[in-house]
Amino acid sequence: MSDLPKELRAFQDEIEGYAVGYGLDFLTTVFEMVDFEQMNQLASYGGFPTRYPHWSFGMEYEKLSKSYAYGLSKIYEMVINNDPVVAYLLKSNSIMDQKLVMAHVYGHADFFKNNYYFSQTNRKAIDMMANHGVRIRRYIEKFGYDRVESFIDLCHSIDNLIDPHGRFMVRSRDEASPDHDPSRVKVHKLKFNRGYMEKYINPPEFLEEQRKKIIEDQEKVRRFPPHPAQDVLEFLVDYAPLENWERDVLDIIREEAYYFIPQGQTKIMNEGWASYWHSTIMTRKAMKDSEVIDYADHHSGTVSMAGGRFNPYKIGIELFRNIEERWDKGQFGSDYDSCTDIAQKKNWDLKLGKGREKIFEVRKIYNDVTFLDEFMTPEFCAEHKFFTFQLNPKSNEYEIASREFQKIKQQLLFQLTNLGRPRIFVVDGNYQNRGELYLWHQYEGVELKLTTAKETLSSLQKCWRRPVHIQTMIDDHYRVLSFDGQALAERNIAKEDAYLG
Amino acid sequence: MYLKINTDHARFRQIIRGRIKKDLRKYISKGEMIGRKGKHLVSIPLPSIDLPHFEFGDNRGQGIGAGDGSEGQSLGPGDRDGGAGQAGNLPGQHVQEVDITLEELAAIMGEELGLPKILPKGNKNLSSFRDKYTGIHNIGPRALLNFKRTYKEALKRQIASGTFNPDDPDPVVIPQKRDERYLSWKVKQQENNAAAIILIMDVSGSMGDEQKEIVRTESFWIDTWLRSQYKGIETRYIVHDATAREVDRETFFSTRESGGTIISSAYQLVDELIQRHYPPSEWNIYPFHFSDGDNWSADDTQKCFEILENKILPKSNVFCYGQVESLYGSGQFYKDLNERFAKGAGIGDRIISTRIPNKESIYDSIKEFLNKGL
Repeated sequence: MSDLPKELRAFQDEIEGYAVGYGLDFLTTVFEMVDFEQMNQLASYGGFPTRYPHWSFGMEYEKLSKSYAYGLSKIYEMVINNDPVVAYLLKSNSIMDQKLVMAHVYGHADFFKNNYYFSQTNRKAIDMMANHGVRIRRYIEKFGYDRVESFIDLCHSIDNLIDPHGRFMVRSRDEASPDHDPSRVKVHKLKFNRGYMEKYINPPEFLEEQRKKIIEDQEKVRRFPPHPAQDVLEFLVDYAPLENWERDVLDIIREEAYYFIPQGQTKIMNEGWASYWHSTIMTRKAMKDSEVIDYADHHSGTVSMAGGRFNPYKIGIELFRNIEERWDKGQFGSDYDSCTDIAQKKNWDLKLGKGREKIFEVRKIYNDVTFLDEFMTPEFCAEHKFFTFQLNPKSNEYEIASREFQKIKQQLLFQLTNLGRPRIFVVDGNYQNRGELYLWHQYEGVELKLTTAKETLSSLQKCWRRPVHIQTMIDDHYRVLSFDGQALAERNIAKEDAYLG
Repeated sequence: MYLKINTDHARFRQIIRGRIKKDLRKYISKGEMIGRKGKHLVSIPLPSIDLPHFEFGDNRGQGIGAGDGSEGQSLGPGDRDGGAGQAGNLPGQHVQEVDITLEELAAIMGEELGLPKILPKGNKNLSSFRDKYTGIHNIGPRALLNFKRTYKEALKRQIASGTFNPDDPDPVVIPQKRDERYLSWKVKQQENNAAAIILIMDVSGSMGDEQKEIVRTESFWIDTWLRSQYKGIETRYIVHDATAREVDRETFFSTRESGGTIISSAYQLVDELIQRHYPPSEWNIYPFHFSDGDNWSADDTQKCFEILENKILPKSNVFCYGQVESLYGSGQFYKDLNERFAKGAGIGDRIISTRIPNKESIYDSIKEFLNKGL
């Protein structure tokens, strides 16, 4: 790794000037040059060369190197959400590429600093990752490579069991469990029409008896955890009978998972924003005449939707441009929405000029789900020819299923909600009063993949050391998968016995 | 240059090797690798080694795309085999191709194998170590400082940092600690035990295509493995039906012939080869013979045993005989051989005989032949 050569340094100053001029607001940004091997290494480690050792990074590296060697992919840059922002440029990029990439990087840097979902991330990420690396290496020295590795395997297998919004919750662990207040217990009374009949219909002795019973029941089923916990990792860190080093490793994996969450939540916006700015800065300011062809080639490659693929760069940049245009022309609000004349709608222009201001606001407070939910319009959908596809089981071919706006939006939002992962909660940490762990998969119409679910269950069991269960839905039946350390069991349960949320 | 990822990458490769080793039997019994050589890449499909997660099942099969086309238009084939819609218990729906060289594969195979009864023999067995200066290092002892490279580095640095003035009539280049370059060396080891492998294959008419395939596959792996493990090994190839002749490697693995079977013809040729090229005082000798065991006559079998007993066995470290089961063959040779040379009776210990009823048993047979330390 090396600092920028003089020539690029000059370009950096120039482009940073443009970025500031457009109102982008970012932390100090440092560029470094790396060759393709270093770049592949960085990408495999999620941007942090000091991360803890694990073979899964090696697997990623193998994939990237192969794909680079065969010319299938090339990583032009990597940006790290850190203070200062660190960006890596590929040495072999042409000058035009470097300028484009720098402009792109400033877009990301602005997004990292200003988007609300990034507000809780650790800005000393490079230090954090290095510290994690040191701690895990120390454990390896102390307890042996195999032992630590197999525990990390296990942690990786459950590292998606966190709450994407967890970092924004202020619910502290102490106040989470409400005290049972005997005076507030309500006993169900039978209906009566005449007041004088009450003591016969609802005898006071009976009511008192019922009240005591309810209080007794409440004591019995005092919930643990008090609320269903989507942050399963936190629950395990707190309550699983782990050794200290194991607890620390699990905590490290959890912290890193939370660090990467906002990037998953804002993929479309983040890339769209950065692409919007590289295109704006390059085409209006930084590009020389001789670079037009190379720029067009690079840019169109970045936002290509060839082969019907969904490209976050493309959707993001187009949606930002669409918003800018609509707010420039005033195409929003009830007047616009209630207008039924297509021609009038199309030529609607109030000359508000609020577009730029609006997109800066959007980049601040939205994430991918809210972004698309709010701003994707039927017109936008039609213009970009979106469709939903589905696998036809008879022909085993993917087919275009629908071009209906509602369905497309629903599908898109579903894919993005909870980062496209099933929502799983700990609902009982003392199941059947035997210290067993009971998880609940909140079924939303798509079943869990059983093969991997069973394997994951065994990872969980190794953490919890007592039998673990997960309740899910298979073929419209409530089903509980259990693993007790030796054997997997599956059983259907009645709706009355199921946890329903 | 050293990258930190190399350690993790090496660990990943190690895990893959472990996976391959588990299913080695399957890969070995495949004939399609025959004809490839050491550096050739072999693609091995491995069940994905991704760690399991709670994730949505395949029944989703849905997504978002963009482009032209009407509803119901096909976008391309799904990745599942037709109709297997139920989420079953079968693992490994995701298959990952792993490229590894044939040499590596052979090495994995042979981690627990070795040439049996190998002895230090021949004038090549003087194992010697020699230092060879092959490269440049950033650190080293003072005595090995390479001045030319060091000053070159210093010059590079000064030019890059702008402190070098080419117009100066007497430019000064001062190396710093980080510019220093040292010679580095490698220790080379000379090969030790000289060994000759003689592969003999029965190509007579009684051997069906499947039998020939088995024999070819097994000898291919033995050949590949030995080549990858023992440098300076010599291999000879003999095919025989009613007559025997020596062929080159390519012919050996591709030849198709038919005719009667007179095994003694091959043994005679082996004996001649040994006499001419491989004096037993200097060579470890390993003949491998593959046949369906259907010899022309009992007389010839007796002749074979005489040649074995008097000529080949005394000179060989081990004589390996592998018999495939054929539709027509009687398999008599295997029985006769084991009756004649009983175990534990001096010279009989030098015979290893195995039966290879089907492709799956190729690996076991190889293991029996090359059981280290026997």
